[in-house]
Amino acid sequence: MSDLNKLGLAEARDALRKGDTTSVELTEACLKAIDAADALNAFVHKTPEIAMERAKAADERIKAGEAPSMCGLPIGIKDLFCTKGVPSQAASKILEGFKPEYESTVSQKLADAGSVMLGKLNMDEFAMGSSNETSVYGNAVSPWRRGNDDAQLTPGGSSGGSASAVAADLCLAATGTDTGGSIRQPAAFTGTVGIKPTYGRCSRWGIVAFASSLDQAGPMTKSVRDAAIMLEAMCGHDPKDSTSAELTVPDFEAMLTGDIRGKKIGIPKEYRMDGMPGEIGKLWSDGAEMLKAAGAEIVDISLPHTKYALPAYYVIAPAEASSNLARYDGVRYGRRATLEAGDGITEMYEKTRAEGFGHEVQRRVMVGTYVLSAGFYDAYYNRARKVRTLIKKDFEDVFAAGVDAILTPATPSAAFGLGEMTEADPVQMYLNDVFTVTVNLAGLPGIAVPAGLDKQGLPLGLQLIGKPWEEGDLLNTAYALENAAGFVAKPQQWW
Amino acid sequence: MSIDQSTAAKVAKLARIKVEDAALPALADEFNNILGFIEQLNEVDVEGVEPMTSVTPQRLKRRKDEVTDGNQQDKILANAPDAREGFFAVPKVVE
Repeated sequence: MSDLNKLGLAEARDALRKGDTTSVELTEACLKAIDAADALNAFVHKTPEIAMERAKAADERIKAGEAPSMCGLPIGIKDLFCTKGVPSQAASKILEGFKPEYESTVSQKLADAGSVMLGKLNMDEFAMGSSNETSVYGNAVSPWRRGNDDAQLTPGGSSGGSASAVAADLCLAATGTDTGGSIRQPAAFTGTVGIKPTYGRCSRWGIVAFASSLDQAGPMTKSVRDAAIMLEAMCGHDPKDSTSAELTVPDFEAMLTGDIRGKKIGIPKEYRMDGMPGEIGKLWSDGAEMLKAAGAEIVDISLPHTKYALPAYYVIAPAEASSNLARYDGVRYGRRATLEAGDGITEMYEKTRAEGFGHEVQRRVMVGTYVLSAGFYDAYYNRARKVRTLIKKDFEDVFAAGVDAILTPATPSAAFGLGEMTEADPVQMYLNDVFTVTVNLAGLPGIAVPAGLDKQGLPLGLQLIGKPWEEGDLLNTAYALENAAGFVAKPQQWW
Repeated sequence: MSIDQSTAAKVAKLARIKVEDAALPALADEFNNILGFIEQLNEVDVEGVEPMTSVTPQRLKRRKDEVTDGNQQDKILANAPDAREGFFAVPKVVE
């Protein structure tokens, strides 16, 4: 078989089971593709030895007839996941040299399911960003280009390296994490599939924390079927995360029937933003038509507090970040600033954090510090948490009225050029998450599915939002949308 | 609500991030820009609304208050920038 790295998880799994290829061959094909793709800056710590060792072990298990669900499938892991003995830096200078003595629950579950780790993937520093431009490793680059224009485009963020790697076929799939849209926005920018499950589905243990009440891990894949396979391997109760749900994980792949007859799909009017590009509006209505043609009922709905989701997010997420990132003090792990004679412990903290955190991270930590400070806690933080309650209630009301899933655009535009947003104020960059952030605030599952190309030839995605714990049903609706949209475009290889 | 330079300096101090004096005006501007965006929340009627504590209705799990882990001094110190004699080492704290 040729171009093994171009396979998806399901195809590769089936080929392995049939004996048409081996995990060693698959892994070698990916490692070769990775080495040829340094221009994308997607893989920032390569782990070929670990990969080959796991591939050989996987081939033995397949031969013995005891292959678990992802046996022998090569994947990439976002740098936010702690991986034992392998640099895990959250793309930050402050974690330079950090090699965890433990493995995150999700990456351990993926290893237990037989998958092969190829290396660690680029991202925005501490997952704070929407363009992968805040990384200490430098920008991750999208494999997509605007026709023959050689301007470098963002793969999105924060899971930019994951999106770039999957879209460029450097791996079969990758892990991502999503606090405000960090799986779904990069998936939409790169023509890949990304699902953020219900809050509590995936253990957060061993994932570098950004905003603990919003963070969830999820898969980034080449198809909805692959997302179902990988999500199932990542989910499950973990006593080490007190917010991890004690629920059984269904066989998501078995739920992909493509039959959505009678399902009620809501179209929220508040998501039709002023100034929304015509192409995004058309993609959205085309998507609704496709679901309708597949037998779903399309209904107009209202989520009245949508407008307040981003401002609430930019109180809650920085507040939690300022607390979570307090641990980076140059004492227990990571990088300590060089001190001058006479510097005391306060200077050590202040210099270490000034040198170790990038600009965006510093800004968010300080905004978080401010909104939590005495005198402002009620005005900002408590008010934002009340608004969050109302945002969640918006969704509860439409689900109670019989809506099964909600269809929205995934992003307000196609991918933009790296550096194009440098002059914009931070709030402009935050608007990238306008359609995705509500889902994190409400703790719901959401999936981005590639649905078309814009006039420059760049991918555009649609988002489906599901009921809590109904990822299986959501994936099935996404599967129907994927079938109807028939998105097959791939980036032309230039790297 | 507007943040001046001295408030920006105070926030930086609370966050334990060293900010040079020359950078304070720009920092104060950034804060004001972001806080201006956040001010929209004042339009929402939150009378009688409970602030969210947990996005899923489950209660946080409890476990017995007992030691379940330990004896990993080497592992815990392995990533320290400065560890000596089994301790994390820091600049002098007490005179």
